[in-house]
Formats: sequence, structure tokens, C-alpha cells
Amino acid sequence: MNVSISVNGEQVSREIEPRLLLVHFIRETPGLTGTHWGCDTSNCGACVVQMDGEPVKSCTILAAMCEGHEIRTVESLEVGGQLDPVQMGFHEHHALQCGFCTPGMLMTARALLDENPNPTDQEIRTAISGAICRCTGYKNIVSAVRWAAEYEAAAKQEV
Amino acid sequence: MAVVENLPSAQTERPIGFGRLKRKEDARFIRGKGTYLDDIRLPGMVHGAILRSPYAHARIVSIDTSRALAHPNVAAVVTAKDLETLGLAWMPTISYDTQAVLAGDKVRFQGQEVAFVIATDEYSANDALALIDVEYEPLPAVVNARKALDPDAPVIRDDKVGQRDNLASPTWEAGDQAATDRAFAEADTVVARDIIYPRCHPAPLETCGMIADFNPETGQLDIYNGNQAPHAHRTVYAHVAGLPEHMIRIRCSDIGGGFGNKVPVYPGYVCAIAGSIVAGVPVKWVENRSENLMSTGFARDYVMRSEMCAKNGKITGLRVDVIADHGAFDSTAQPTKFPAGFFHIVCGSYDLEASHVRVKAVYTNKAPGGVAYRCSFRITEAVYLVERMVDALALEMKVDPIDLRMRSFIAPEQFPYETTTGWTYDSGNYAETMRVAMDIAGYEDLRREQAEKRARGELMGIGVAFFTEGVGAGPRKHMDILGLAMNDGADLRVHPSGKAVVSISCQTQGQGHETTFAQIVAEELGIPPEDVEVRHGDTDRSPYGLGTYGSRSTPVSGAAVAVVSRKVRDKARLIAATMLETRPEDLAWEKGRWYVKGDPEKGALIEEIAARAYSGEPMPAELEGGLDAQVIYDPPNLTYPYGAYIAVVDIDPDTGHVTVRRFIAVDDCGVRINPMIVDGQIHGGLAEGVGIALMEVITFDEEGNCLNSSFMDYLIPTALECPDFELGETVTPCPHHPLGAKGVGESPNVGSPPAIVNAVIDALHETHGVNHIDMPCTPARVWAAMQGRPEPPQ
Repeated sequence: MNVSISVNGEQVSREIEPRLLLVHFIRETPGLTGTHWGCDTSNCGACVVQMDGEPVKSCTILAAMCEGHEIRTVESLEVGGQLDPVQMGFHEHHALQCGFCTPGMLMTARALLDENPNPTDQEIRTAISGAICRCTGYKNIVSAVRWAAEYEAAAKQEV
Repeated sequence: MAVVENLPSAQTERPIGFGRLKRKEDARFIRGKGTYLDDIRLPGMVHGAILRSPYAHARIVSIDTSRALAHPNVAAVVTAKDLETLGLAWMPTISYDTQAVLAGDKVRFQGQEVAFVIATDEYSANDALALIDVEYEPLPAVVNARKALDPDAPVIRDDKVGQRDNLASPTWEAGDQAATDRAFAEADTVVARDIIYPRCHPAPLETCGMIADFNPETGQLDIYNGNQAPHAHRTVYAHVAGLPEHMIRIRCSDIGGGFGNKVPVYPGYVCAIAGSIVAGVPVKWVENRSENLMSTGFARDYVMRSEMCAKNGKITGLRVDVIADHGAFDSTAQPTKFPAGFFHIVCGSYDLEASHVRVKAVYTNKAPGGVAYRCSFRITEAVYLVERMVDALALEMKVDPIDLRMRSFIAPEQFPYETTTGWTYDSGNYAETMRVAMDIAGYEDLRREQAEKRARGELMGIGVAFFTEGVGAGPRKHMDILGLAMNDGADLRVHPSGKAVVSISCQTQGQGHETTFAQIVAEELGIPPEDVEVRHGDTDRSPYGLGTYGSRSTPVSGAAVAVVSRKVRDKARLIAATMLETRPEDLAWEKGRWYVKGDPEKGALIEEIAARAYSGEPMPAELEGGLDAQVIYDPPNLTYPYGAYIAVVDIDPDTGHVTVRRFIAVDDCGVRINPMIVDGQIHGGLAEGVGIALMEVITFDEEGNCLNSSFMDYLIPTALECPDFELGETVTPCPHHPLGAKGVGESPNVGSPPAIVNAVIDALHETHGVNHIDMPCTPARVWAAMQGRPEPPQ
């Protein structure tokens, strides 16, 4: 079957097997390998992308279901050489080590801040609880997301 | 440095040397531009998939691959028979046992490799697995280590000549049995416990895999593979496949976590290599999560019985008997002379009169492994045991567990201290570190809070663990793996512009080597870390060494980088003396510059010296041009980091659910090169410890079916299970490491499980009479123990 999916604002069309998972579609056709695969069972969150602004696990969605939807991946966060505040926060607060969970964490955090610009630490923990990080113990991820929230609040005030 | 300039840190904290430098490697990872194994695609590449055994123990009657071969996208199906013709049906393990690459005679654990399919794409390769017909004749399975030696137990390793039982090794001993018997005879208190450190799994978020690319024209084998020891792997492939070592190149790009799981050579790797040799094209094999959990290196699985004794309020003796469950093949990862790893560090941080340790190993119908899950070769099991035993003894003596530890610690003036099992601890001030942890925790206040809560029927526990461990294997006079000395190389080249490349043999899986090792060069030579490229992960472009595990990167490779930097500095001094027309001994060093003693204005910067070294100007007599050096570092001893950990838990009296409310970790890992990275390592290890203590376990039913083969059943802590870790530090420099560093990665994983379990027992002992619960302390197990029905040891 043929699908046409918007990935990071670009329309991607190709013939696929109906069973093709979205995570494989993203990694193969546009070749965006920032979205990772880690578990098969929708537990680890390494594959999180945004679908129409909502964080979703792309290992549990068929590419065929995404026709007409907007998919955003980690590669879309940096715009014109300007990093997204969540990316900056992760660097500032050492919120990544091996980097494998990072794209999913970033897309989850971005979705959280879009919906709730001033989350509490507990709200951050709940938001990222669908994703596993084996390296950081989450403490610095929480700090990084809080940093990004504060950075965005300060930037808004300046405007 | 590649990080874009719009980050605040780009303007602020940029130490030239040690300090909280932000990581260089982040630039690619935060953009999704890391290159992990599965991101690599080679032209003409095909995909492999492995058919695995559904049985834990069964004879293979027949394998029919004809239907799979008829699949239009299948290129080949490899079985044990095919591998036999290549001499690859069996491979050596790192413990001098053998392991079937593909099962031919029988399968010995559920998930064992039976056939390897090569197809044009991953989906087709997996489809074809269902088209292979294997007839099995099931056999009774052995899944319990204690029952493995029953006289009527089926013999698992009947492939081994003369093997008539399931004993995997002779009994191995350490310490002094007679002296220990005397200590127990003279003791006033003795306590005994059966304690299991259950089987768990490192489960890095990226699973294992390989791309093998054999070029039949040149005989060159290119391997892409995320492993923790690329040079050692290359040597193993040279031995296993009979390929010339210099024609094998292993490239590890970015690795999505390892934690010991990516130390061994797995059958899938050998299949990918054999597949590429047979098919003549690159073959990619990446395991799925179930394959990772069911077949690759597990950790722990130590069944222990121990007694500890005290006299006059002080711990005096320890006895330990261990049955190590090695699974179907003994592929435990440890140095040759240490069949039970470093388990005999089990005397812990205490000045004992005597101790005696016995370990024997058995085969069971479970996956092979015995890798060190963020651990130096069984130290985690040792620390868990001794710290549980000290708490058991404190309960028996009715004394505070910290008081008993304080009275029994090795005193600072006793270092270097030789333990009763033969380790020489380098340095320490244990009581000071314990007091720092008590201060951060507010220990007295916590005990008051606990008493108040107990009066209200609430269950709160405070658990303590104090660990000493030996990391940085190791001295070549004592340690090797498969005959390879556990040393590491470093190669430093300062270019004419004063910028440098340092090549190292250890292999990051997230530890931040590209930053930390640049900082070591910066500290020693004054070259800014952003001007130091750290090269690793490519056997063609890095010196030989044994890789990263057992917290050995900083103790061994870090020392190598310090030493090679100093060699370059010494050479720079000779060149500077010529430049400044003076004698080398008249020069003094400040970071980045040699200057004339007595005339500090007159000097030469390291970049000026580098330019001179490559220029047409004369060099000092008998000195070659250029500014570079290389070393192989042989550590004189292990380093011995230690720490004091305190866990505070709350237990729901109705469900048995344990919440880790606070966790205080005070580590002494000697000098910290990048304290930010050190803190991050500690956070990560603590989270794993929370998992091991409360959630993570690999279990089997009586038929040997693995009950934890996905992340639905193998539970890993999320942000909701982990507390906001509270860290502290003391610094006792390692006396024999050139930088005074000790290594830290595994400490938090080693030290945290006993603190948490001790806290659980502390919460339940007085009110419910609970003396011990084996990990993981799941709600069901805790609740059963609260009802007086603790699950008996397996």
C-alpha cells in the first residue's frame, strides 16, 4: 500500500507493507535515525515521537495509521541553528549519558512543556515515566526539563 | 568543541583541566545525531535473524530448513552442521569453557540459538524463522542451583568428555578455614543467613548486535559492533574464526549503554561473521528485547549461606559458602586466576580476625552469562552479602547498625591494609565518610521520626550500607582474561598547531570519555579540552587494551593518559630548553608553559613548543622531531573506592509496596576529574540499585521457561520509582594512581541494594519479626514476609 505522511513538515510518500511500524518508516525512508527502538512492548520510550503534538510510541503505531497526520521527531527540535530549550537544558544539566533514550525523552519533555509550561518536579517525573533511562537515574533529566521551563518563561518575559 | 555557541555554558564554565565541564559528546546526542549500530547501513547489506529454542532442555531430532530456503527473500539458512564445516559450531567462552554457537546435539536453555536466517530485510528474516521445522525431544530441565548436584539430576553438559554431573568448576577457596573456626569458637555472638543474590540483567536500552562485512577479495573483515572491549573481541575472533588479527577491524560507534552486557562475544556475532563469509555481503544482526533478556549475559545468580560472628561488640569472623549458577555454559566474565571473580572481597570494610570463603559453580538449564552488571567481577554479590550480614548481626546484638560498623571499620592508620582474604586496600577513612552520610541524612532525626511513625502503625525503615570495592583490573602479574594482560594503552599526538589527539583503548558506553580524557590531557599539558580530540572505538586507530567494564576506564586508561601526557611534557621540556637557550633542569612548569626559573617572563607555551617540534629549527641532541608519545599502563594494584549509603523507605502496610523516599550516597572515589560526570554515574548506578532491590529479576518456572523476557515482566525503575538522590563526597586520593583517582561507575550499583534491603528489614523486623527477604522486594514478597511466610530461598 502507499502512504503519505508528514514528517517534520516534509511529505514522505512510499509503498509499504501494511505491517510496517512507524519507527521503521521514519528510520528507513527519510533516514531519520534519531528515533530509536528499544523494547518491542511499548515500555521503554526510546521511540517516542510527536503525532499531532502528542507524544506517542512509534514502535506501537503502524505507518499505515499515520496518513494525514503530522509526525515530529527529535531532528525537528533545532531550528535554523537554534537549539530547543529542552535540548539546551539536557546539555546544561548533564541529563544524558549514552544518549540512546535522549530523543524520546526530549520529545516527551517538549510535549509536556507545550501543554504545561511550568510543571512541578512531580509532574515532570510523571510525564517522563513512560520512558526508561538506564544511565541517569532521572534526577538530571528532571532538572533539565525544569531549566528549560524557566528558560522559556524568561524568554517570554523579555519579549 | 562542537556544541553550538548559543548555550550559556559556552561562555561560562570551561575549565582547562579538572572541573564540571559540560560534555563534548552531547552535541550529537541532543540532536538525534548519534550513530548507534542499527543506524549504520552498508551497501548490499542483508539481515540476519536467529531461531531460538522454545525448550530449556531437549534433544534436537531434526532440523528442516527447506521451507525457509524457499522464501523468496531468504538468501541462506545456517545451522550447526554448516558451522561445523567452518569449524565454528562451538566457541570458547571467556572462562575457558565452550559454548555452542548454534545448537546441534541438544538445546540447553530456553532461547538458545538454533539456526541463523539471512534475508534481504529484517521482516522477511523473521518471517522465515517460522518456516524452519525443528523436531525436539524434550528432556527434564534443571533450573535450581541447589538441585543441580542431586545424583539423579540430568547431566546438562554431556558434550564435555568425562562430565558426569552438573558441577561447572572445582570448589574455589580463599581465606583461612582454621583461623576462622577459631574466631567463631571464641565469639560471643554468631548469626547465620541464607541469602540469594538473584539473577538479573543489565538490559542496556540498546540491545546487542553486529554488522559483519567480509571482503573475499582482500580477506579483510570489517566489524561494526557496540562492545565494551573491541581489542579483546578482535583477538577472540582471530582465535575463533582463524582469521588473521591484522585483517580484522572492529568499529564501535556510539553505544546505547552496556553495563557489562556488552562484554562477551555472543553466538549472534559469530553467526553474523559466518553469514558474511558465506554470503559475501555485509550481514546485520540486531537482537530484539526478548533475545537480549533471554540469551545474553545475565548477572549475579549467587546462592549463598553465610555466618558472621562478633566478640566484645566488634565483628571478628565471616564464613561464606556459595553455589554460583552459571547457566548452561560457563561464560562468566572474570580474570583467569579468579574463578569466583573478586567475590573474596567479601570481608568488606571491616578489620576481621579471620574469614573463609568457598565457591562452587554449577550448570543449569538457564542462559549463560555471569557478566558484571556494573560491577567488578562478583564484588556486588560480596558487598550485598557482607552488608546484609552486618545488619543481621546488629539485629542479633541489638545494637545500631552504624555503631557496629563504626566499631569494626579498618582504621585510617591501618592502610595499606591486607584483608584476611588477600586484598591490599590502598587508602581510606571510613568513619569520616560514614559521618558525612549521617549528617546529610540527619540520622538521629530519622530514627526519631521512625519511632513516632511506628507508634502510629506506619512502616518506615532506615538502611545503611558501607562498601569497599576493588576496581581497575588490573596488575598483569595477577590478572588476565584469556591470557591477555588487563592493561591499557594511550597514544598522544600534539600537532604543530598545539591541538592534540589522544587515542585510548577503553570504550565509552555513555561514561563521557570524550570529555573526561580530554580534561586529563588539559590538566597535564594545559591544552584546552576542546582542542583535544579523544579517539576510541576503532581497533585500527587506537592502541591495544582491554576495554571498559569494572570501573576500569579512569583507574587504567585514565592513568595511561596521564602518564602519556607527562611523557609529552617531559619531551616538551627538552625542546623548550633549546628554544630558551637554557638547561632543562633550569625550567619550571605551569599549566601550558615551561618557563625559566628565576625569570618567569621567559618561557615557551605548549603550542609554541609543538610548532618548534615540527619545524625546520634544530632539535635537542638525540631527540626525534614531533611532539607525541605512547604508553601501555600496567596498574600496580587495584584502586579501592568506598562509600556510605543510607536509604529511607516507607512500606505500605496493606500492600507491602516499598517506596524509596530518600537515598543518601557519599562516595569516596579519590580525585574527581569531572565531578558532574561522576555525579551522573552515581545517579545512574543508584537507579539500577533501586531496580535490583525492588523490581529487576530473571526467574524461571520448573520447565525452565524464562518468566521475565520482556520489559512487561523485567521491570526497570522509571522516574517515579527513583527518589531525588542526595549525594555527598569525601576525597581520599589513591596513592598509586597518577591522578589519585579510583573509579566510580559501579560503586552505586554495588552499594545501593544492601542499603535498600536493610531499610526494608529495618522497617519490618520490630513489628513483624522479619529477618530477611530475598531480592527483589516486590510487594508480593514483602507482604508474604509480613504475614510470616517469607518465600524460601530457591
